[in-house]
Amino acid sequence: MKFPLYLDNHSTTPMDPRVLETMLPYFVEKFGNAASRNHAFGWEAEEAVEQARKQIARLIHADPKEIVFTSGATESDNLAIKGVMEMYREKGDHMITCLTEHRAVLDTAKALEAKKGLKVTYLPVDKTGMVNPEDVRNAITEKTILISIMLANNEIGTINPIKEIGKIAKEKGILFHCDATQGVGKIPVDVQDLGIDLMAFTAHKMYGPKGVGALYVRKKAPRVRLAPIIDGGGHERGMRSGTLPVPLIVGFGKACELSEQEMPTESVRLAALRDRLQAGILKSLDEVYLNGHPTQRLPHNLNLSFAYVEGESLLMGVKEIALSSGSACTSATLEPSYVLRALGVGSDLAHSSIRFGLGRFNSEEEIDYTIKRIIQIVNKLREMSPLYEMAKEGIDLKTVQWAAH
Amino acid sequence: MAYSEKVVDHFNNPRNMGSFKKDEEGVGTGIVGAPECGDVMKLQIKVQDDKIVDAKFKTFGCGSAIASSSLATEWMKGKTIEEAGKIKNTEIVQELNLPPVKIHCSVLAEDAIKAALNDYKKKHGKSE
Repeated sequence: MKFPLYLDNHSTTPMDPRVLETMLPYFVEKFGNAASRNHAFGWEAEEAVEQARKQIARLIHADPKEIVFTSGATESDNLAIKGVMEMYREKGDHMITCLTEHRAVLDTAKALEAKKGLKVTYLPVDKTGMVNPEDVRNAITEKTILISIMLANNEIGTINPIKEIGKIAKEKGILFHCDATQGVGKIPVDVQDLGIDLMAFTAHKMYGPKGVGALYVRKKAPRVRLAPIIDGGGHERGMRSGTLPVPLIVGFGKACELSEQEMPTESVRLAALRDRLQAGILKSLDEVYLNGHPTQRLPHNLNLSFAYVEGESLLMGVKEIALSSGSACTSATLEPSYVLRALGVGSDLAHSSIRFGLGRFNSEEEIDYTIKRIIQIVNKLREMSPLYEMAKEGIDLKTVQWAAH
Repeated sequence: MAYSEKVVDHFNNPRNMGSFKKDEEGVGTGIVGAPECGDVMKLQIKVQDDKIVDAKFKTFGCGSAIASSSLATEWMKGKTIEEAGKIKNTEIVQELNLPPVKIHCSVLAEDAIKAALNDYKKKHGKSE
């Protein structure tokens, strides 16, 4: 095993060496600008880009012409929401989204609320983190021009009922955007089957390079039009200007191709490892709670709250394993995870949460090591915890008057 | 943002972790913080002839909170009640190299010290 272990694959993934290999020629040898129409350097770069576009489109069952390259999912989310808002302004000014979306969606919505008068409905989720399609239907007004619901949540792994929401959107003639960053390459995603009109995703969550992502923009039934957020040269059919990062795009294409090929076996392998991790921990520790849906969940995600133990101290105790936590202490703003809060998880359990994100390069040995260490550190911290002590004495912590400052 | 060496040391080798019985002779107990905030510290002192002869802590919180309370017990031992009351959070920040975002952990530790001292005084008829 190579230390530190990396079990934080929702945050980013290591690049697959096969991806890196396909990228290398495009830095020093085949370095042309894909928009240079008049010489071989440009033609060869353009060919590489179009090849990648095909590989990416195949993964999501789209047409290559429907792929717009961006710098990543954050930009794609911005382009989708701002681009629709501006283009369809005459039709309306209302958007429906949900409380557990990534900041790239929520902050964009809030910025438009503040600066452009967009009206936004933030739907709640149930205690497993799932959006109810009927809530979406009931929130629709004559002014609704966009629904934006994520495919799978980055913290708790819950997979939303996208197909049902897609049907409702289609029925009502409203554009449906899906931030699919955590799902593409991990679970099957078919934009036709799911009824999606716009979809954001990125390379670095699927063993590709950081710095490149895509926005799927539907061309038929309906043809989606977007106002660009970046002007200057009209690249990507006018939707996203700027010289294409050819090596990154080549890597993105290869990453998609590998994911498509390996997904059937990989998702089964990762789900088994995740289940092993969960079972191993729950077998030896009490008062451990699962956050998110028990079955409608990304195969490689696990999010657990360990009562009476704070998340950052837990991470410090296993610093040879890379993980993340919903604890306030781990965030720059000292706010606990808003996703866990939206589930109705109490703040104390939100502070006690740990997110495990398994990936292609994790082994059973690493999982078994992690189980052992987590059990060790939780027991050690519970011994140090005044809350655990009080709970063991039979005190109901909810009835205590805390002297908070 | 790696953790400071001293914080890691207190975390791995906490000083005086544990508990006295609350009603034990000469013991003062302070509990501050709240689970919803992610920070709860319990500090206890054992006093003999006006001097703190022993101290114990238990903390629910991040590494910096654990280190702050562990350090507090170290510093309190051997001091008189009056001297212990003078321990300032800024001294804890300096000793542990706490970054700005963790200063509140040291504040909570100072509060815990005062709470333990006050509890002792109350129990032993020397209310403030």
